[in-house]
Amino acid sequence: MHLKQMGRRWANSLPLPGVVRDVWRFRAFILGSVRRDIEAQFRGSLLGAAWLFIQPLAMILVYTLIFSNVMGSRLAGVSSMYGYSVYLCAGLLTWNFFSESLGRLQGVFVNNSNLLKKAAFPRICLPLIALGGATFNFLVIFGLFFLFLFSSGNFPGWAVVGILPALAVQLLLTLGLGMLTATMNVFFRDVGQLVNMGLLFLFWLTPIVYPVTVLPEWARAWIWINPLAVLTHHYQHIFLHGSLPDRPAWLALGAVTLVAMALTLLGWRVYKVRAPEMADEL
Amino acid sequence: MSHIDSALAKGSIDLFNLGKAYRRYPTRWARLREWIQPGKVRHELQWVLRAMNLHVPPGQAVGVIGRNGAGKSTLLKMMTGTSTPTEGSARLHGRVAALLELGMGFHPDFTGRQNAWMAAQLLGLAGHEIEQAMPGIEAFAEIGHYMDEPVRTYSSGMQVRLAFSVATAVRPDVLIVDEALAVGDVYFQHKCFSRIRDFRQEGMTLMFVSHDPGAIKSLCDRAVLLDGGRIVADDVPDQVLDLYNALVAERENRGFEASPAPVGQRHVGVRSGDGRASLLEVNLHNALGPARVFQVGDPLFLRIRLCKNAELTDLTAGFLIRDRLGNDVFGTNTWHVRAEGLADVWPGTTAELYWQIPELNLGPGSYTISVALHGDMTHVENSYDWWDKAALFEVVRGAEPLFEGVCRLQNVSASVTHVTLKGEKVTA
Repeated sequence: MHLKQMGRRWANSLPLPGVVRDVWRFRAFILGSVRRDIEAQFRGSLLGAAWLFIQPLAMILVYTLIFSNVMGSRLAGVSSMYGYSVYLCAGLLTWNFFSESLGRLQGVFVNNSNLLKKAAFPRICLPLIALGGATFNFLVIFGLFFLFLFSSGNFPGWAVVGILPALAVQLLLTLGLGMLTATMNVFFRDVGQLVNMGLLFLFWLTPIVYPVTVLPEWARAWIWINPLAVLTHHYQHIFLHGSLPDRPAWLALGAVTLVAMALTLLGWRVYKVRAPEMADEL
Repeated sequence: MSHIDSALAKGSIDLFNLGKAYRRYPTRWARLREWIQPGKVRHELQWVLRAMNLHVPPGQAVGVIGRNGAGKSTLLKMMTGTSTPTEGSARLHGRVAALLELGMGFHPDFTGRQNAWMAAQLLGLAGHEIEQAMPGIEAFAEIGHYMDEPVRTYSSGMQVRLAFSVATAVRPDVLIVDEALAVGDVYFQHKCFSRIRDFRQEGMTLMFVSHDPGAIKSLCDRAVLLDGGRIVADDVPDQVLDLYNALVAERENRGFEASPAPVGQRHVGVRSGDGRASLLEVNLHNALGPARVFQVGDPLFLRIRLCKNAELTDLTAGFLIRDRLGNDVFGTNTWHVRAEGLADVWPGTTAELYWQIPELNLGPGSYTISVALHGDMTHVENSYDWWDKAALFEVVRGAEPLFEGVCRLQNVSASVTHVTLKGEKVTA
């Protein structure tokens, strides 16, 4: 009886289909806001949209110099002179997508308090706008990465479609974590600080700038409990080897999918339950 | 039946047992503990508004008045949907546009035009509608080149100009305005009011919060007085504003009683005051005797019987004539006209005061006279007895030439020069 009730309560808090209708009704506002956000990024700067490239390029340059040349780390089984750069980009660009999205999402209600207090609209628009802006930035830089792969003869070929399921899972994971932290952040501002700190730890716990092989034997098995490590490995494998990952990697991705779904459900539920109080706290 | 019809009609507002409470936690940690252990309640509810029922038919304009903290803003926030009711519901039918406090949630870094687009999209307007409305928005706001500057460079008045222009670019079914227009300059306020009046003629419902009684009287045909999170009066604006004035005076003047007039006897208005002097009787006379109807230009005598109940060094008696809409028409007091004698009245005795208006040059219509006994020039400070709408009278046409309005200006004439009369030959 009790379980049944709980089940029904969970079902009622599921996002469909009301939220789909809301999003569709406000699509013009969402798309318009994403565009305005993108424009606003570069307003008042001399170099404008060039900053979109300069920042990650500088990051890639620094890591390539330090890890590839100075520390002389080599990737086992990869002979290409661009091997490390490709490995790095595959992990770093997707990581940046994750961290930028989450960074935007966690503050999405707090930073838009003015709008939330003055206008009535489906609140779900705000996380989508934040995610939209981050996705745009990612697509631009990822497009540049593809150009680099083509021109240097490292394009992985048809296997590249293998990143799509991983990207979808990553988006779901980001959205779930984002909704959870964005809602909690309204009531406990500590969450915003914690997210930034957590991202820093997570970055170094994920084999992005270093290969898994530099880790001691015992740590290599544990690293895969980090969903980001699974996702990153997926990207790195495809771009570095030009082939789809092996069966265990896909199974791991399946497990991450379940985690992402659970997080999204939790994030949605917390948001749904706390949304009525939110405007009072802002 | 008619109630059901109007409840479904576009532009109607229905509040059912509406209430709002904020959760108070002893500490921030208590909230976290409650989240983790949902079974145990660790907060207490602080009610700011409760048990509010209101039905507004389409096309009505309701003014909301009340002291600070009476719950006006909370009420409007729940009506617009930015705040969620703790109990009950607020149902608004049709397209709702709201101006809450400053602006419409403008983003400071975006230009006025971008913000206008955003706000219009949030109002539910489609792209082509916004495209169409934009020139009108720009023209009405009259902020010139600022339209393409970031909103952070705007003055508060400019923000309101833009916000109002967007909110009313396309006539909403319900317009909610929370004190926002008070920020704008008088010129723009007038512009806003005339647009609101135009929309009202087309059937728009208005919910209007203001501290300006004049604005409420001129825009609204109904007023609601909130106090302590409840509706304490709901009547024509004139009546409710009198009660509101009494409430405001109450804070200044302890030991004061205010009660609304019995329904159906509007001429018996609100009485308030501390009673150190009291009004016993207020009568209107013409040259022949007691009267209620006067012709334009007739003499009017206002006879006031009063009683001094305590030793008072200052006693002033005043009266105020208001028109049907509650607009102040004329008022004065014994201090202004330098009438001596009231101060010399012996405590415990009654006295009679005769006001003489030799020519009642008011336009046709009904008027009320409010009478007050007070200390200084300002009756709020030391109000002994204040009787709103102590008497009612009617002005009808006399022998004078027809004129419009409430005031008959004296010696108005016209002369014509430099014309050629019809049929007359122009000679060189």
